[in-house]
Amino acid sequence: MNRFLRLAGACLFALLCAAPSFAQQPQQQTEFVPVDSLPQAEQMAAAPLLIAAYVVVLVSFFVYLLSVARRMQKVQTEIERLEADMKKAGRG
Amino acid sequence: MPRWFTPVAMVCGLMFAISPLIIANAPYEREMGLVQKIYYYHMPSAWCFLLSAIVCGVASARYLAKGDPRHDRLAIAAAELTVLFGLLTLITGPLWARKAWGTWWVWDARVTSSFVGWMIAWSYIILRRYGGPGSDKLAAGLALFGMANVPFIYISVNYWRTIHPPTTVVGSLKVSMGAPLWFCVAAFVLLYILLIKMRTRLEEQRARLDSLYLNLDD
Repeated sequence: MNRFLRLAGACLFALLCAAPSFAQQPQQQTEFVPVDSLPQAEQMAAAPLLIAAYVVVLVSFFVYLLSVARRMQKVQTEIERLEADMKKAGRG
Repeated sequence: MPRWFTPVAMVCGLMFAISPLIIANAPYEREMGLVQKIYYYHMPSAWCFLLSAIVCGVASARYLAKGDPRHDRLAIAAAELTVLFGLLTLITGPLWARKAWGTWWVWDARVTSSFVGWMIAWSYIILRRYGGPGSDKLAAGLALFGMANVPFIYISVNYWRTIHPPTTVVGSLKVSMGAPLWFCVAAFVLLYILLIKMRTRLEEQRARLDSLYLNLDD
């Protein structure tokens, strides 16, 4: 009898634990209802757009700085080469 | 480069490094939520875009009036930066709009006039590059139209129907949102000053190179 009561108690406990999972099961959908806007949970996430905006700005600044520095270096090298050539030719 | 350049560059780099932390701590906007934080980079980009168009126009006007090549060099530098900051404005804006308005682009007065201003800056650069002799004066005239477009861009949101927020939104910001915004504006303006100095220096070097070639030819 005591063993039976313990087994019954365990079954009841298991059933009570499992009850919420039964309760959480979605209801059967019997029709499709159109809506104009997506539910909140389904809407587009903002984070990728925000991160993209910041990455675009910072990467553009970096690329532009590199581009100006490279152009300055190129012109400076050419100036130095020309000045050296002029010195050699005795015109500096 | 002048003596102030390196310390200012260090301050500017530091400001850009900590700006994401300051922006992350700023509050969310009630209607738009997280995506509104694009504003902290979008608006300073837009202001530098307009500032650069004005610098280009004023330098061009002075070049047309006095013929001083230093003004022409400044105008070239400013035109290139107008393209850069205009591009950033026209990229960050749609990224914000996609979430906030549900569309990438609207042909309202603000967006359209900004796009026109950006195209004028591009026209200036293309004209200088491929226009041949005399293109400096033609481009300077074009820069005046680019500058004339600036007030139109600025006030367009107050006079034409648009979903863009009006100019008064900046003044109405709470300190928690205003402080990060003005911090970013300061960082962008500092960067603008550094970039225009670098770009003008490049034009000076090119002018020096041209004079060396002329000396060599004589």
